[in-house]
Amino acid sequence: MVADFDTIDININVGPQHPSTHGVFRMVLTVDGELVRDLDAVVGYLHRGAEKLLENQDYRQGIGIQDRTEYLAQFPAEQSYVMAAEKLGGFVVPERAEYVRVICVELNRIASHFMFMGAYGTDVGVFGTSFIYGFRERERVYRFFEELTGERMMYSYFRVGGLAWEVMDGFEEKARALLQELKRGINDINGLLTRNEIFIARTRHVGEISAERAIEYGLSGPVLRSTGVRWDVRKDEPYSVYDRFDFDVPVGEFGDCYDRYMVRLEEMRQAVRIVEQALDQMPKSGPIMPEKMPRMLRLPAGEVYVPVESARGEYGVYLVSRGGNHPWRCRVKSPCFTNLQALREMTVGEYVADSVVILGSIDLVLSEVDR
Amino acid sequence: MMPVLGYWFGIAWLDAILRLAVIAGVMTVVVIFLTYAERKVIARVQQRLGPTRTGPAGLLQGVADALKLVLKEDLRPTTADRWVFELAPFMVFVPVFLTFVAVPFTRDLGVRFLSLGLFYIVAVSSLNIVGFIMAGWGSDNKYALLGGVRAAAQMISYEVPLVLTVLGVAMVASSLDIRVITERQDVVPYIVWQPLAFVVFIIAGLAEMNRTPFDIPVAESEVVGGPTVEYSGIRWSFFQLAEYSSLFVLSALGADLFLGGYIWPFGSNPPGWLQLILILVKTSFMILMIFWVRATFPRLRIDQLMSYCWKVLIPVTVAQLFFNGLVLVYRWPDILLLVFSGALLVGATAATAVAVRRAARRPRDAQAVRDRRLQYARGA
Repeated sequence: MVADFDTIDININVGPQHPSTHGVFRMVLTVDGELVRDLDAVVGYLHRGAEKLLENQDYRQGIGIQDRTEYLAQFPAEQSYVMAAEKLGGFVVPERAEYVRVICVELNRIASHFMFMGAYGTDVGVFGTSFIYGFRERERVYRFFEELTGERMMYSYFRVGGLAWEVMDGFEEKARALLQELKRGINDINGLLTRNEIFIARTRHVGEISAERAIEYGLSGPVLRSTGVRWDVRKDEPYSVYDRFDFDVPVGEFGDCYDRYMVRLEEMRQAVRIVEQALDQMPKSGPIMPEKMPRMLRLPAGEVYVPVESARGEYGVYLVSRGGNHPWRCRVKSPCFTNLQALREMTVGEYVADSVVILGSIDLVLSEVDR
Repeated sequence: MMPVLGYWFGIAWLDAILRLAVIAGVMTVVVIFLTYAERKVIARVQQRLGPTRTGPAGLLQGVADALKLVLKEDLRPTTADRWVFELAPFMVFVPVFLTFVAVPFTRDLGVRFLSLGLFYIVAVSSLNIVGFIMAGWGSDNKYALLGGVRAAAQMISYEVPLVLTVLGVAMVASSLDIRVITERQDVVPYIVWQPLAFVVFIIAGLAEMNRTPFDIPVAESEVVGGPTVEYSGIRWSFFQLAEYSSLFVLSALGADLFLGGYIWPFGSNPPGWLQLILILVKTSFMILMIFWVRATFPRLRIDQLMSYCWKVLIPVTVAQLFFNGLVLVYRWPDILLLVFSGALLVGATAATAVAVRRAARRPRDAQAVRDRRLQYARGA
């Protein structure tokens, strides 16, 4: 029997300043007690006009803006941009540069997923332990990148045609040592969360979305793969040298928060495999830039769209050139923005506490959503 | 040792005031160092150092925090319900201090030894629910309201298994006097006869104190501190004081009831200093366990919390009471207490783990579940 008295739904404003909105995201929850009746996602608090900025920067400067657009998986963003410019200009990237790029991108994917693991654990309620574990491992990767590029986060290391400079001494040994540490770190997170009953109870069957709906929404990345759709840009439209590696694309079963976590955990292991193979196959010496690169890059008129598999899904750069040294229009297809569309469908009908976990499971980077 | 029986100086009102002052002083010091200990322990679990700068090894960190809180501005939202808002912190922390009155630390050290001490503690400790509701309502903040309502639901529910577990111990000891219960454990502590009661006592105690994994009312990542979200400065520190005081009292009570308190394992009458060391070691053990849980466990959801209480904890504790009664009435051998309690513990743990994992493996029609929930919420 349900008591027959009037109740009202109340609106709860979560964000833009709330500990678990992963930045300045805002959602207005309409709640009935502990149940979410409706959700209104409000984005745009971190809009900095990155796309407009790209129009006013030449192709070399634009790389730096890509770092700031996607500040947790910078290398995939850079890669997408330089690949678009290379495709437009018809440059052939030296093989050694391609391998270094793949190594950077995959290590960056691991670092980004560690960040996810840490923040996700905090969303589910672990008091900081997963956060510290995740950050500890991420910092190892960042230290490696700092040695490689001179910057901790905003690398600007890729160039149209290749790389900015040769890798540091002992690159291969350092990378291999790093991989050993990262493997231990992955096991730490795995041991902390994966088989914890409370974690399972909090994330399993929470925020489920079916494969059909996921495709209709145009989701990508781990959020899509968690529904069982085996779609990965690296496998399905191989770019760079990804067709030379042997790796699996993990998929989930139910498309819930637990599957999204598990897909990312497995992706980290696969990324380690890719880096190991890349280190084995990489030419020990050779050029890192094409021989004849103009000092000032001018690309012919045309338009091109290049997607890459970023840590969060399909990150694409749509570049329109009308000649000259800067793009006429540069549109960034950001995976988080697309994935965020499904937030309402995933959340309505769940509990208030789940809304935070579901938001965390999308692995939001607001700078990329708002650009 | 302190003269605790009879009145100090023979004057009743002076005695009462002095004892209150002692409680307040001891509790404040204990809380200050408990917060320090918690930060250090959790830091170690997370491979950090914790506070190191304030005083030797950061020992004065708690004092510095307390000073900062006292000096901070005491804010009150203009739309808050003035008296409800301002009195709520006292409603939360006074009951906790009241429970402190009846906890014996050694045979002679304690504030008051009541012959119905256990009953008194159980009765008084549930009063601070009112404080959380007042804080949640009076703040005029939706997060606080949500937190306050959650706190009420949770603390009332978990009161039941907590009472049932201490009742089990009281049955075995056939007394409600905590000193008598403790001194019956000179050979075998009651954790041996009532392992289930011990585990449920800790679980329900965690829920009563709003600590991980039951920190749902104050969940940082959801309701941002819940009832305490609008409080600052000294008023906020009262909530903190209440939380850590109840942690200390509950641990001391657990040590007395289940771990043989100040008696076990040194015969029936160890010297006074040894009693003090024993109770401190056992209380610290309980506290460290609770810190450890906090550092590693995620948070439950409100419906899971409720179903865990009503579907798991209460049935098994009632079953344990029933078996205790059988054993005691028919004078069966004591070992059967252990057998029944242990079997219930293992059974309940295994059943919970299996249930969670099975539910995780089985597909669920998510949309149907959500529709049903929403329909229920609508009152259809």
